Formats: sequence, structure tokens, C-alpha cells
Amino acid sequence: MAKITIDKMCCKGCDICIAICPKKVFVKSKKRNGYGSNMPDAQNVKDCAGCRLCERLCPDGAIDVEVEAEKNEN
Amino acid sequence: MNKLYEKYIKTDLLPTLFCPGCGNGIVQMAAIKAIDKLGIQEEMACVSGIGCSSWIPCYFKMDVMHTMHGRALPFAEGLKLARPDKKVMVFTGDGDCLAIGGNHLLHAARRNIDLTVILVNNYIYGMTGGQKSPSTPVGAVTKTSPYGAADIPLDGCELAMAVGATYVARWTTAHPVQLEKAIEEGLNHKGFSFIEVLTQCPVQAGKEVYGFKDPAEIMKMYKEMTYLYKEGVEIQKGKTRIGLLKHDEETEEYIDRIEARLESQGIKRG
Ligand SMILES: Cc1ncc(C[n+]2csc(CCOP(=O)(O)OP(=O)(O)O)c2C)c(N)n1
Ligand code: SF4
Ligand code: SF4
Ligand code: SF4
Ligand SMILES: [Mg+2]
Repeated sequence: MAKITIDKMCCKGCDICIAICPKKVFVKSKKRNGYGSNMPDAQNVKDCAGCRLCERLCPDGAIDVEVEAEKNEN
Repeated sequence: MNKLYEKYIKTDLLPTLFCPGCGNGIVQMAAIKAIDKLGIQEEMACVSGIGCSSWIPCYFKMDVMHTMHGRALPFAEGLKLARPDKKVMVFTGDGDCLAIGGNHLLHAARRNIDLTVILVNNYIYGMTGGQKSPSTPVGAVTKTSPYGAADIPLDGCELAMAVGATYVARWTTAHPVQLEKAIEEGLNHKGFSFIEVLTQCPVQAGKEVYGFKDPAEIMKMYKEMTYLYKEGVEIQKGKTRIGLLKHDEETEEYIDRIEARLESQGIKRG
């Protein structure tokens, strides 16, 4: 299973990741980011397809996706 | 934090000054991904003007010149002439590049000097509070067009192609993979590369300019209002063409041309 981390200090709570993940991995949560607004939670990480669209489209580099057996990256 | 950030971004400067959901961060990520793929961090030198988008390279762990409003291209041309060994990449906004800097765009493109220019087009002056820019669509209500913009927008790609840019592409923040590939191609192309990115300023433009305020909705709108250009493809009325618009590998680059001229007269440069 993929491991997804969302950096609390980078995330600005724009919700782009929630809208664009094709597998609906991210959901709104009550957790606060570094700005005091709500940040997403990678709740459905088991569904992650490892496409890394969230990494590319998070405007603040907050998301890191680690996929197992990452040998073929790039 | 994303792993590439640790390698390419001055993380002690974070958070970036961009508002939540601003497209500048997406362009920033596409650029570092392209640079990472080419493995040319050490060869890079970035130049920008003034505007929110001109802050994009200021976070890079690379040589950066953050210059004057509208003047990124003259600075970049000077840098490239002095240091032709550097890969020079320019970040400029629609105001910076098409309004105050419009004249410089004409002449840099005309010379076909080896630069990679990223036009970050959010259709507005973001930094100064939402004034109309040359690319603002007709009818858009902004701080300086309270009754809706009346003038016909300027298309940066058409302009660049008309005056002689040799690599021209347009993508949007909703096409990050294609954008990254275009930046890579632009950096590899020897000549004036011009890559326009349609992006969002959800704070100063939003609903009045794009029809939506939510960043993800604006990106979805970009997917819907664009069509992929290929030679011979039918023009879709009311939509903007995206993709590779021009790639001319024949025209000689400016510095090469200068050097050949000097050499023919027995003069050695530098
Ligand atoms: C000579 C000069 N004129 C005007 C300004 C004010 N100014 C700063 S940024 C800007 C426009 C920025 O718009 P754009 O280039 O589209 O960048 P954005 O903020 O939208 O990314 C203006 C008019 C300035 N800094 N210097
Ligand atoms: S890698 Fe793809 S599927 Fe996985 S969380 Fe990110 S966007 Fe969703
Ligand atoms: S896209 Fe990035 S900044 Fe926006 S909510 Fe998701 S993690 Fe936070
Ligand atoms: S004002 Fe607009 S362009 Fe500037 S950082 Fe905010 S959202 Fe981005
Ligand atoms: Mg702008």
C-alpha cells in the first residue's frame, strides 16, 4: 500500500487534492494546517493508484506519495 | 513535504507567498520536475520580472535574478550573451510579459535568442490587487474594468509565433504532465522557447474573470475550455487551443549568428 504524507506546515488548505484525486483518497478533516484552516486527510490511502497527480497539483509541495517497489520511477 | 522540494526549493523560505490554491505553485513544481528529469540544476540560471508569478524561481536552489517589472527578457538576454553556457529560464506574468514588457517580447523572440520563457497567464494583475491585463477576457469585471473589459485580448503565443519564436506551446495548470514535458522540450530547444501556462489567481480574479472562485473548479474549467492542437485539426470556436503550436529547428540561434558573423571577420568574442 502507498504511504501518503501531507505536510502540515506546507498545506494551505486549498482542497485541490480532494477534487483532483481520481481515487478520492483525500477527504476534508478537522485537522488544522499551519494556517489554522482545515487540511485534508489521506483517508482512503488503500485505494491510491500511485498516479502522483496530487503531488503535481498540490501548489505547495505538501504531498509526498511513496509507492512500494518504486524502482521504475520516472 | 514533497521529496523534490528538499532538493530544489529553499525550504527555509517556506511557505511561499502565494495564496491558497494559486497556480504559481503548480508551475513551480512542473519546472523543478523538468529540471530534475534533465539533471541540469547546476547549469540553470533563472530570471523573472515583477508580479506574483515572478516569485516562482526565487524559491529555487539555483542562480536567480528577480529584476524589474517588464524587464525580465532584457536581463535574461544580457545574461545569456555573457554566459552562453547557462540554461536561462524566464518566469513572467501576463502583465509583466504582455503589457509593460510587450516590446521586449517582440525583440527577444525576433532574435531567436536561446531562452526558455514561461508565461504564467492568470489573465490579471494578481500582485497589485486585480487590475485588467492585456490577456483579460472581454466582459471580465476587474478593478480597472468595472463595467466589464471592452478591449480584445492579446494572445501571447500568437504574438510570439508571429515575430519569430521557434518553440511555442501552451498548456494549463490542469495539464501538469504535458506542461512538464513542454518545459523539458523548451529547455532542450536551442532558440527562443515560449511556453504559456493558463493558470488561476483565485483571489484577485476568481468568479469575475473565470466564472469560478474555487481553484479546482477553475482548473476543471481550463480542461473544458481548451482543445488539443495538431496540424490540420479543426478550429473549435470559442475554445483555446493548447499543445505544441510551433517547433522550428531550422532557424539559427542569435548567439550562434553573432559568433559566425564575428568569426567571418576574424574577430574572437570574449
Ligand atoms: C515600473 C512598474 N510599474 C508598475 C508596477 C506595479 N506592478 C507590480 S506587479 C504588476 C502587475 C503584475 O501582473 P502580472 O505580471 O500578470 O503578474 P501576477 O501577479 O498576475 O502573477 C504591476 C503593475 C511596478 N512594480 N513597476
Ligand atoms: S497518487 Fe493518485 S491516486 Fe494516489 S492519492 Fe495521489 S492522486 Fe490519488
Ligand atoms: S492540494 Fe496541497 S495545499 Fe491544497 S489542500 Fe491538498 S495538501 Fe493542502
Ligand atoms: S494574488 Fe493571485 S496570483 Fe498572486 S499569489 Fe494570490 S492567488 Fe496567486
Ligand atoms: Mg497575471
